[in-house]
Amino acid sequence: MTTVDANPIGFGRMKRKEDARFLRGKGNYVDDVQLPGMLHGAVLRSPLAHARIAKIDTSAAEAHPKVKAVITGATLETLGLAWIPALSHDRLAVLATDKVRFQGQEVAFVVAEDRYSARDALELIDVEYEPLTPLVDARRALDPGAPVIRDDIEGKTDNHIFDWEAGDKAATDAVFAKADVVVTQDILYPRVHPAPMETCGQVADMDKVTGKLTIWCTTQAPHAHRTLYALVAGLPEHKIRVISPDIGGGFGNKVGIYPGYVLTVVGSIVTGRPVKWMEDRSENLMSTSFARDYHMRGEICATRDGKITGLRVRVLADHGAFNNTAQPTRFPAGFFHIFTGSYDLEAAHCEVTGVYTNKAPGGVAYACSFRVTEAAYLVERIVDCLADELGMDPAELRLKNLLRPEQFPYTCKTGWVYDSGDYPRALRLAMDIAGYDQLRAEQKAKRERGELMGIGLSFFTETVGAGPRKYMDILGLGMADGAEVRVHPTGKAVVRLSVQTQGQGHETTFAQIVAEQLGIPPEDIDVVHGDTDNTPFGLGTYGSRSTPVSGAAVAVAANRVRDKARVIAAAMLEANPDDLEWEKGKWYVRGSADKAKTIQEIALAAHGNLVLPEGVEGHLDGECVYDPPNLTYPFGAYICVVDVDPGTGQVKVRRFIAVDDCGPRINPMIVEGQVHGGLADGVGMALMEVMAFDEDGNHLGGSFMDYLLPTSVECPSWELGETVTPSPHHPLGVKGVGESATVGSPAAVVNAILDAIGVRHADMPLTPAQVWRAMQGSPFRTDLAIT
Amino acid sequence: MQVTMTVNGEQVTRDVEPRVLLVHFIRDHLGLTGTHWGCDTSNCGVCVVWMDGEPVKSCTVLAAMAGGRSVRTVEDLERDGVLDPVQQGFMEEHGLQCGFCTPGMMLTARWLLDHNPDPTEAEIRDAICGQICRCTGYENIVRAVRWAAHHPATEEVTA
Repeated sequence: MTTVDANPIGFGRMKRKEDARFLRGKGNYVDDVQLPGMLHGAVLRSPLAHARIAKIDTSAAEAHPKVKAVITGATLETLGLAWIPALSHDRLAVLATDKVRFQGQEVAFVVAEDRYSARDALELIDVEYEPLTPLVDARRALDPGAPVIRDDIEGKTDNHIFDWEAGDKAATDAVFAKADVVVTQDILYPRVHPAPMETCGQVADMDKVTGKLTIWCTTQAPHAHRTLYALVAGLPEHKIRVISPDIGGGFGNKVGIYPGYVLTVVGSIVTGRPVKWMEDRSENLMSTSFARDYHMRGEICATRDGKITGLRVRVLADHGAFNNTAQPTRFPAGFFHIFTGSYDLEAAHCEVTGVYTNKAPGGVAYACSFRVTEAAYLVERIVDCLADELGMDPAELRLKNLLRPEQFPYTCKTGWVYDSGDYPRALRLAMDIAGYDQLRAEQKAKRERGELMGIGLSFFTETVGAGPRKYMDILGLGMADGAEVRVHPTGKAVVRLSVQTQGQGHETTFAQIVAEQLGIPPEDIDVVHGDTDNTPFGLGTYGSRSTPVSGAAVAVAANRVRDKARVIAAAMLEANPDDLEWEKGKWYVRGSADKAKTIQEIALAAHGNLVLPEGVEGHLDGECVYDPPNLTYPFGAYICVVDVDPGTGQVKVRRFIAVDDCGPRINPMIVEGQVHGGLADGVGMALMEVMAFDEDGNHLGGSFMDYLLPTSVECPSWELGETVTPSPHHPLGVKGVGESATVGSPAAVVNAILDAIGVRHADMPLTPAQVWRAMQGSPFRTDLAIT
Repeated sequence: MQVTMTVNGEQVTRDVEPRVLLVHFIRDHLGLTGTHWGCDTSNCGVCVVWMDGEPVKSCTVLAAMAGGRSVRTVEDLERDGVLDPVQQGFMEEHGLQCGFCTPGMMLTARWLLDHNPDPTEAEIRDAICGQICRCTGYENIVRAVRWAAHHPATEEVTA
């Protein structure tokens, strides 16, 4: 089977342009960068979750013959770099000066001649710790007498970070007060980790002669990094070049600035040589941006016949030791307040309280669309709880309550304006593909034989493409993205992007967007990205924003090229521009198809000696800085079928049906690949992924031996379907898809398992032990291993 | 210590510390960066190479242990400018996204097809289950291997 079309000039299935180098082992990832004289850095990390640093003795490490520098918090204090701004109204320790606040926190940095020597020298650093009581359980964070983690903040006497709410509390309480049925359920979305196959790392090279700092970094947001270095370290922005080469997966793990990145820069400044630092897997899992850790108490109310009327939720959010969540500034709980999901209800209200604990910072990562994952899981789980309470089929309950097509654009009860959708169509299609009625019949027959089979549904509404700059920024930087399209004299083109691929196939997709708009074959279009010296400013790739924001920027820039080409073609044809019509790749005189100029002919004329009309400059290019008028709202209907071994609690995901609507698909092959990956994430989180802690704050998922990820044998062969509902406000109608499946799939898997075992709720991950315990009526608390 | 081995058909000799891992030897000493480093614990498989014709995780093999042996890396899949059908299959079926696990996956796939020219889906999934991919959900990797099985090396393939 061949999945590709024959060379589309525009949208369609085509093989990826970037594959040629990856297939030959010729990708260029950060760890592949080798510079003359390059040194290697390694980070000493805290073995304790909470302790005061009494003394650090680096003398033995400094005496190591291959060590070039040892940097501690004291060194950084002299440079004003011991602390840097965190991403959410807080500060982040680069190297601990006073206390360590989580296991794995950065304490010292060694720069040595090679990777192994740097690691050796870490062993020679003697740190004297005075252990403090760790705060591990987020539910104890606000107790009187709880250890105060952030005593570095003047006057801080507790672990409270923020309270935030959305929706109408009074109206919601009123709806609940008169409801026939109320279901309350505590639901944990445990702490998990994006775990890209490539860990985080950086090479920094400060050229003391030119004053130029060049950085090769595993970053999803090279421009944001450059600007933040300029703002924080006082380095002149034009003297900083951030290169984000090939990135081995990101999933939100590679958005922020980690201490290790700052340390390579300091290391290069101190030694005068390039410095490389690549974290190992344990460092990645223990110290870099985790995801979720939302402790939710959800309540849903409805009429006796199953009309959902209200939803409210109280969230305790574990943000770890520093509030370093990456999200638009005004939204401390990200976009969690889209928790009403895909349903038409009367009122809703959410309250979120963020707290510090002695764990690594982060929280917004792992393809979460700024916490839409938590929101979708909450609503899709609790709708199933309601179905259980009412004795209704979960599909019937959803169909009864889904928003109807005529309600769009729909303003939900917490203020989001859903742009477009046809939800019942998507759910019915998923049920058709699954053969829903036959599956229920099969389940009934199996139950009579004592076999456990479950069917789980999930319907999600995403909100992506952040976002309108009037109310969305990160650290004050507006979330608009630039794009430049330039057609060369011979009709080939280059498009320059602010966003950065981590595997999404931007070099193909963005070439196809230009091809669609200009009629230039994609293979004739070079996509330049991941280099701040060669691309326009923009905030990067996360939150499924590349196509919704940057894709729109490219489309508009290409259309500006087309408009300019029209004027030039008119001059070439001695016609009035108003009399020209566009057919993909050429302008022609209306009614005279033979009087036409191709985009390639126009490009040559634009650079030649054609006398251009008054006010028209030569050359053929266009730019755009795209400020999205709204977010986009992809959606989908997922159905999971599982079999559970009644003797062991072992789950087999037998089938997974995913119907996604992300608007028109630029390259359907790439879209399907994005969905496949997200579905595997859902299986992973539902069945095995968790970062739990023991009572001393020891991380119990610090390697791939303990932090389990789904393999080819846990994943079924995915069954995909699609509906197409264009976004009315995006120039191409596209909505984005990168995180849809990660958002939508966990609830379907969990719902299926609980359906199989006949239990209303048990928290993820549903390992065999957890399923077994749930069947006995006493599921584990999965975030802690405290006995 | 001095280590001599054959890598992709060429004999190489280097002075290394006895503790140097094969993955670092291949990447840092030989400059063959197609082999990646992902976990240290033999779980992820982005470091898979062949040693004496068998896939191994090179993060848990010392370079010294490869002395006198023959190592094959992703750089050797393409021969005389012609892609291996496995490489072609990964491109045709979109079997890769970020590309980080891809070299290891392709080397295991090549080994599988050499021993089982027409594997079932289950056999393919079993063969690659010691390697992790975070991007593809494995679906298109399976399809890529099947594509390769159905397009033997004698066919002219191009990229």
